[in-house]
Amino acid sequence: MDPVFLARFQFAATTIFHFFFVPLSIGLVFMVALMETLYVVKKKEIYKKMAKFWGHLFLINFAVGVVTGIIQEFQFGMNWSDYSRFVGDVFGAPLAIEALLAFFMESTFIGLWIFGWDRLPKKVHLACIWLVSFGTLLSGFWILMANSFMQVPVGFKINNGRAEMNDFLALITNGQLWVEFPHAITGALCTGAFFIAGVSAVNLLKKNHVEFYLKSIKIAIIIGLIGSIGTALSGHTQAQFLVKTQPMKMAAAEGIWKDTADPAPWSAFAIIDSYKKENKFEVNIPYAMSFLAYSKFEGGLKGMETLQKEYTVKYDSVVGEGTNYIPPVKTTYWSFRLMIGFGMGMILLSLMGAYLWKKGRLERSPLFLKFLLPAISFPFLANTFGWVMTEVGRQPWTVFGLMTTADSISPNVSGGTILFSIIMYLLLFTILASVMIYLMVHEIKKGPESLHGIDSKVTTDPFNKVGA
Amino acid sequence: MELSELWFLLIAILFIGFFFLEGFDFGVGMSTRLIARNQIERTVMVNTIGPFWDANEVWLLTGGGAIFAAFPNWYATMFSGYYLPLLAVLLCLIGRGVSFEFRRKVDNPRWTNTWDWVIFFGSLLPPFLLGVLFTSMLRGMPIQADMNMNAGFTDFINIYSLWGGLTVTLLCFLHGLNFLALKTVGDIRQRAAALAKKVVLAVLGALVIFVVLSWGMTDIFKVRPVMESVLVVLIVLAYVLSYFFINKKREGLAFTMSGLGLAFTVSAIFAGLFPRVMISSINKAFDLTVYNASSGLYSLKIMTIVALTILPFVLGYTIWSYYIFRKRVTDKEQLTY
Ligand code: HDD
Ligand code: HEM
Ligand code: HEM
Repeated sequence: MDPVFLARFQFAATTIFHFFFVPLSIGLVFMVALMETLYVVKKKEIYKKMAKFWGHLFLINFAVGVVTGIIQEFQFGMNWSDYSRFVGDVFGAPLAIEALLAFFMESTFIGLWIFGWDRLPKKVHLACIWLVSFGTLLSGFWILMANSFMQVPVGFKINNGRAEMNDFLALITNGQLWVEFPHAITGALCTGAFFIAGVSAVNLLKKNHVEFYLKSIKIAIIIGLIGSIGTALSGHTQAQFLVKTQPMKMAAAEGIWKDTADPAPWSAFAIIDSYKKENKFEVNIPYAMSFLAYSKFEGGLKGMETLQKEYTVKYDSVVGEGTNYIPPVKTTYWSFRLMIGFGMGMILLSLMGAYLWKKGRLERSPLFLKFLLPAISFPFLANTFGWVMTEVGRQPWTVFGLMTTADSISPNVSGGTILFSIIMYLLLFTILASVMIYLMVHEIKKGPESLHGIDSKVTTDPFNKVGA
Repeated sequence: MELSELWFLLIAILFIGFFFLEGFDFGVGMSTRLIARNQIERTVMVNTIGPFWDANEVWLLTGGGAIFAAFPNWYATMFSGYYLPLLAVLLCLIGRGVSFEFRRKVDNPRWTNTWDWVIFFGSLLPPFLLGVLFTSMLRGMPIQADMNMNAGFTDFINIYSLWGGLTVTLLCFLHGLNFLALKTVGDIRQRAAALAKKVVLAVLGALVIFVVLSWGMTDIFKVRPVMESVLVVLIVLAYVLSYFFINKKREGLAFTMSGLGLAFTVSAIFAGLFPRVMISSINKAFDLTVYNASSGLYSLKIMTIVALTILPFVLGYTIWSYYIFRKRVTDKEQLTY
């Protein structure tokens, strides 16, 4: 089988799997830190119980997030060695900094947090969880810097056939990073919020620990509102940036073959024929595309056919003649729609939650609560479709305008080897995902009481010298 | 010193840190099946490394990241060339990592027992595989003019690399036993110390054979005769002292010595490589060196500033965390994992 296809499949499978856990970790740890802060400030036991219970679920997720991350760190060299040779100079730096700055911080302070409940003074213990949260944000920042370089390469020059860094500041100030990072983080907040909301809703329906889950769901609604509206706003800035930097991706995401009218409509539904390069049937919302792309109700967009001609002039000298610069249109188009759809759904649910809360009817709205359980999947799906759109829409490039995916793979690794590793990973992922879901359900069923007071047996004074 | 040489040194330090720290938690993982008598004892052992193992593993990740950033060609050649062994290392580290978290989440001895087996093999195999990897690198691998490596079975697996793997595994095992003797009480502490006393002798034996093999099968003693000889003396000295301190029941010092032994061993490997990073068994001219495999000067400068700024903080809070958890772990207290 084709090693390029296999390597791509493997990359997609492992990063998507990794990114199932990553946003939940980022979102949950932030909310757990909030809960513990409430405990330290308000001194009410219930907040400690909340921090412990949700913290427990966070830890199960964190463990899987961490181990799936190790694959990411290795696989650039394993499957994409020509890519690594070409951009390691620029691309390796954020990766190394991520490890040094973020991973050490996360892993050390998570250890202190887990094992330190009774060994550390309250405020120090609280500081630990905030440092973990901060670490997850830093980790996202640096890895997204690496990803942003692939979308919009900056701060380098080509020397001896390799991209060499010549401006670190340009990497940090990359416009792509500053639209991508807020979007990914607000998406992560949604993920944490809808998880807590969904689990709380189930328990409220069963009238388990009503006070506990009511307090939890309220925090989730606040964070859900901030997160879902935040993703929409930051998504909007991303779209504006995208039309300028990767017009082909935007055109594909909109299914625009020929240049649009001015003002441009937004396509809500289309039956796309990629061979004939046309859409058979379209449902359009007038003006909306101009607004998404330019924040005003005028301005047209270039179509893929025009862009193909422009890219041919610009890039054929880099990658060879006759290259097709049009990415898989249907995938890009539909993942974009689905991401936005789930995003809208989340905004709606958060607003509804806020309304019911204000009316004091939250725990007595069974229909709404019932809907929150399946809604746990919304942010996961939106995150995944978001990445699929971003990465598939960038094809045929790995580094936009510089290197194609086909040129990126390891020349010395055979298709069979990659296939073997894919099988191993898929087996492993099946086991991990099953165990993880089983454990989550198991812990949720046990409920918050099972954790309460379990470590009150230890009375260790951290500054006690005996036994050191 | 050129910046690329400095980065070689920094990477060596990261790997020394990795083996010094993760070395003992690998060793503790092996001990859970070799000296623990029941599940409670295994739980105590796992909890001695509970707060540390993840941060210890980050030393490896940072080492990998640093190789990527400072020597892209080294990263590309090594990771694609050692595809299958690295896949195995990955699978082990993944299994082991989740097992700590999962092992006692369900109240069922069979559940716990299953994950404990994963911890055992996940702790036994990585040091062996990494030992094989590093020693086969010392011997040289079939790297072609285009820097790509196409190795066959016997390039990875031969007497030298197998012995290297075995030796590294033993060094980690001893280090873990010393850690257990330092961090536990009563029966476990005694058993760990008693076994450590025997394992030191095995370690010394393995090392002597390893030195002889290195003499015959690599060029490290020809490239750096003085440095390698001094390091060999230091390694032997460290383990002799470790033996002495175990006998004297000075567990802290015994642990320090087995750590230093690992540190000197890793130093000897890196010193033997320098200035090469990957040795070609096909032609000397195809060797990857710190000069032809490195990033540009600008990149290295930035990375140096960043690393030297952050590293002190990392070391600071790492030490603080070991200080907080300095007490011995017993089954009388709440055990988290
Ligand atoms: C190297 C930096 C890099 C980073 C930080 C990311 N990606 Fe990416 N992605 C690639 C580099 C890349 C790539 C090497 O360029 C791939 C592999 C093959 C390809 O076509 O592009 C790719 C492909 C790829 C694909 C499949 C596209 C295809 O094969 O058609 C998906 C769905 C993702 N990625 C998703 C993600 C996710 C969820 C990420 C966050 C964790 C992520 N990417 C970060
Ligand atoms: C494809 C590129 C990526 C690589 C190479 C990578 C690498 C890693 C590694 C090695 C770990 C384990 C660290 C440890 O042991 O503590 C990890 C965990 C993590 N990564 Fe990734 N990662 C990638 C993508 C991302 C992205 C895009 C984000 C965020 C937006 C992210 C955020 C995190 C976070 C928060 C963790 C902590 C563990 C967890 O969340 O459960 N990563 N990653
Ligand atoms: C509601 C309106 C939304 C809009 C207009 C929007 C817009 C965008 C755009 C244009 C991109 C591609 C950026 C690029 O390729 O450079 C993107 C990517 C992405 N989106 Fe959205 N998005 C929305 C909602 C959401 C939601 C609700 C989530 C998750 C909870 C989400 C998660 C992601 C992720 C993870 C990516 C890939 C990473 C990135 O490029 O930031 N999006 N989004």
